[in-house]
Amino acid sequence: MKIMTCPLNGPRPVSEFHYWGEVRPMPNPATASDDAWADYIFNRNGAPGLKKEWWCHTPSNTWFIAERDTEKDVVLKTYFYEGDQ
Amino acid sequence: MMRLPATRGEWIDRSRPVEFKFEGQTYKGYAGDTISAALWGAGVRVLGRSFKYHRPRGVLSLANHDVNALHQSGGTPNVRADVTPLVAGMDLTAVNTFGSLADDKGRFLGKLSAVLPVGFYYKAFHSKRLFPMWERMFRAMTGLGKVDLKSPHKRTPKAYDFCDVLVIGAGPSGLSAALAAAAQGADVTVVDENAQAGGSAGYQLGNDNGRRQQHADLLAKVAAEPRIRVLTATYAAGYYKDHWIPLVSAERMLKMRAGSVVVASGAFEQPAVFHNNDLPGIMLASAAQRLAYRYGVKPMDKAVVLTANADGYRAALDLLALGTAIAAVVDLRTNPGKAEPLAHLLRQSGIEVLSGHCIVEARPDANGLCAGARIAALRADGTPTAQTRDIPCDGILMSTGWAPAANLLYQATTRMRYDRAVEQFVPDVLPDGVFACGRVNGVFELERKLADGARAGSHAAAAAGFGSASGAALPPESESPSHPWPIIDHPAGKNFVDFDEDLQFKDFCNAVQEGFDNIELLKRFSTNGMGPSQGKHSNMNGLRILARLTGKEPQQVGTTTARPFFHPVPMSILAGRGFHPERRTPLHSRHDALGAKWMPAGVWQRPEYYQLAGKSRLDCIRGEALAVRNGVGLIDVGTLGKLEVIGPQAAEFLERVYTSNYANLKVGMTRYAVMCDESGVVIDDGVVARLADDHFYFTTTTSGAATIYRELSRLNTMWRLDCGIVNHTGAFAAVNLAGPKSREVLRSLTGLDLSAAAFPYLAVREGEVAGIPARLMRVGFVGEWGYEIHVPASHGGALWDALMKAGASHGVRPFGVEAQRLLRLEKGHIIISQDTDGLTTPLEVGMEWALKMNKPFFVGQRSLVAVSHKPRKQQLVGISFPAGHEGPVPLECNLVIEGSDIAGRVTSIAWSPTLKRHIGLAFVRPDLAKPGHTVSIRLTGGSMVQAQVSATPFYDPDNLKQKEAA
Repeated sequence: MKIMTCPLNGPRPVSEFHYWGEVRPMPNPATASDDAWADYIFNRNGAPGLKKEWWCHTPSNTWFIAERDTEKDVVLKTYFYEGDQ
Repeated sequence: MMRLPATRGEWIDRSRPVEFKFEGQTYKGYAGDTISAALWGAGVRVLGRSFKYHRPRGVLSLANHDVNALHQSGGTPNVRADVTPLVAGMDLTAVNTFGSLADDKGRFLGKLSAVLPVGFYYKAFHSKRLFPMWERMFRAMTGLGKVDLKSPHKRTPKAYDFCDVLVIGAGPSGLSAALAAAAQGADVTVVDENAQAGGSAGYQLGNDNGRRQQHADLLAKVAAEPRIRVLTATYAAGYYKDHWIPLVSAERMLKMRAGSVVVASGAFEQPAVFHNNDLPGIMLASAAQRLAYRYGVKPMDKAVVLTANADGYRAALDLLALGTAIAAVVDLRTNPGKAEPLAHLLRQSGIEVLSGHCIVEARPDANGLCAGARIAALRADGTPTAQTRDIPCDGILMSTGWAPAANLLYQATTRMRYDRAVEQFVPDVLPDGVFACGRVNGVFELERKLADGARAGSHAAAAAGFGSASGAALPPESESPSHPWPIIDHPAGKNFVDFDEDLQFKDFCNAVQEGFDNIELLKRFSTNGMGPSQGKHSNMNGLRILARLTGKEPQQVGTTTARPFFHPVPMSILAGRGFHPERRTPLHSRHDALGAKWMPAGVWQRPEYYQLAGKSRLDCIRGEALAVRNGVGLIDVGTLGKLEVIGPQAAEFLERVYTSNYANLKVGMTRYAVMCDESGVVIDDGVVARLADDHFYFTTTTSGAATIYRELSRLNTMWRLDCGIVNHTGAFAAVNLAGPKSREVLRSLTGLDLSAAAFPYLAVREGEVAGIPARLMRVGFVGEWGYEIHVPASHGGALWDALMKAGASHGVRPFGVEAQRLLRLEKGHIIISQDTDGLTTPLEVGMEWALKMNKPFFVGQRSLVAVSHKPRKQQLVGISFPAGHEGPVPLECNLVIEGSDIAGRVTSIAWSPTLKRHIGLAFVRPDLAKPGHTVSIRLTGGSMVQAQVSATPFYDPDNLKQKEAA
């Protein structure tokens, strides 16, 4: 089982974590066309590679960002959303 | 008897004889024997029958690949005789026989081999007409052993552990690695599938006392090192991410998390391929050495040694010293190479060493046991000359090469490369924290293995944070321990490549000729490596054959995928307890005492209804519902998610996550709340209560309690609003007291002013109930006057007891989930995820009123704008049946049919004891949604029934019951 590092609790087994999805900027709802909005809502890029994702350490309900290389199955780094560069 | 005089370091305890039965006969072995060792020691030569041709088989590897010696032991099928410890009183039979092992009616299959070509299954099953016949026949003939359905339940708890460095394999290189890692300060665990540590150092001796001493010293050093723990009779069953290794023993699985891993798993000795290479008495050289040194069993009286490396010469010297006559050493190579000094010793003992020769075939005696070897000189092209010579012998040792036990390295995503210097795959690029040494790393000579182990151990310790890495990779072996082509063709076939599946050399030729010339295709078509030993003794030769037949290099041919597990793991070891959480409310014991019938609701357990003596389930449910309608009822709603949001921007937060307005909600009031996801689909609902300007208390659905809290936390992490969310779900108990008499019951327990003016419909109040601090909400819920009362969880029981006592004189009845559903259905209330699905928007379920589209933003708003411009596909409507309706009614999910089209489905349906008819909710096409319209519903059996679209609520449409007259 993989180990993931929670920015609050340190390295923990990945079964303690909940995966949400990629961090994807929301288009401005007021100005986005229906097509652009539908693309944001329904389309995801499943190609393996570098991903920036929302993860939650469920026992402590800690949300954070994980950067993963899904091709190599490696967690590159994890940090709080506020700590985003 | 084939027992040798006792030798130092043997694994058996000769002071403890063990009696057991095999095929009805009683035998004696010793404690420490495996089944095969004991049988071989007792002179038994046929240990099982081969899978396909039912040929007699003996010892091949004595290393967990002897899958023709699978035995039934009482209720346990497929015990591997070569490695399973002998236990007193065992009653064993061979599994793959018709009749008995000695008189196996399946023997005739060997005669039929000409009509059982490679890929036979596929070819046989190709004809639809003949399929049933073949199926019956194959079912009868395949499948090994018998499962005892009455075998007792066995608990196999998992163990969990950690170590700095895990060394897989306790042979010379593994132990050397462990010592080096421990010397740098790492805590080391060494795991080995054998009953004792030492590996090949304990039996590949060449009758050399220096080697004996080296082995003893190595074990002593390991035993003296407190940082090394050795787990024997335990195997590493797989490699999982971040060095997570299941270690499997007879009793349990230990899940080991290691800082780094050294794979010192060694190599599997590989059979040579020649006609009749499976006769009992023919075995791998290492198997003979294990028999002799571990179990004190003489492998044979007179042996021919077929070799292509120094190991074979050593095996000859070992057996010679232990009293086996060596008839000849037959070397496939043109000279003994580095084994010349060993060859010299053998010649000195008068033993014929024949270089550049091969065994063309083994000769059976009348019982099918090995009786001789027919040898011939080899031509330059590797084929035998026509002139042959027969050498009588009762056993043949095969020592022509090795295949790395690289299964775990592959699983760890190691890139391997074929190294011609050692004629095997070796690690090319290892993943971080994984190291390899010894034979699996292409290092074979004993001194070099020790050095390679020390290097790997040091690097592994450094990778785990202990000391600094020292030692560099060794140069390749100067002589290959494996022959590139230990395969001799024979017109009569029966030169086995895979002993599990009885695959002969020609089967590979035929498969390739038929186009299965890719390693993965060849495997599946021929079933090479698909037997219980999973190719441990056959993949290497299969690969060589394929490379030669296709004119490719082994590197180009590649290997099949090495999946977990390394050996088959018993189901009893894999099975275990489920770790699914089950939540209970603080009132659980109260419900039990009242006869609750439980049902799961998400992770919660809730009373479905309360069983009354002599009443049916439906009568109980309807009785509970009527009690609420006509008197008063009490239900545990503590499973609802109970959240608080506090802070200056608490209202702003709720505005964003719910579809209605909350900024304008007055302090002391509540409002129904609907939540959508970004696509505008309804995902949750609840009630929001405003306790102060900056303080809201709100509920979620039972099943959404955990996920909604989690998602709201994420949103607030992202939005960074000035407010915080607190999850009180487990901290509060909650009940709903409902019915026309609820106010009277509550009045006796609280000082709160319950008048309509002071505590109006939809208000929230904080006060005491039965002396317990409580939050009370006057919500409709089941469509009657009622109060939802939330108290600290520890007071839940006291509140329940007080309400039941106070309500006793009013006939209070506890009601369960089914009555609640019925009561809410009568009011037309929908249940999220029962009456909605993963595509349902509020627009389709009549909740437009809850959408404040003029708000600046709420989750799902933009999508609902887009959806609202499109034609609607379905609408949730009430359906009802005439009061006198007789006959069947639909079930949930029965389809609404219009003409020949599916036009909707029923989502909820129940018989209303109040309305005395069946009512329900259904999705229908918008053109059918008008109240009064008749829709046709197809029942499960196919017949049709008519229902009428009805306005909701069905009961008390003006909500007069639940609130004061206007």
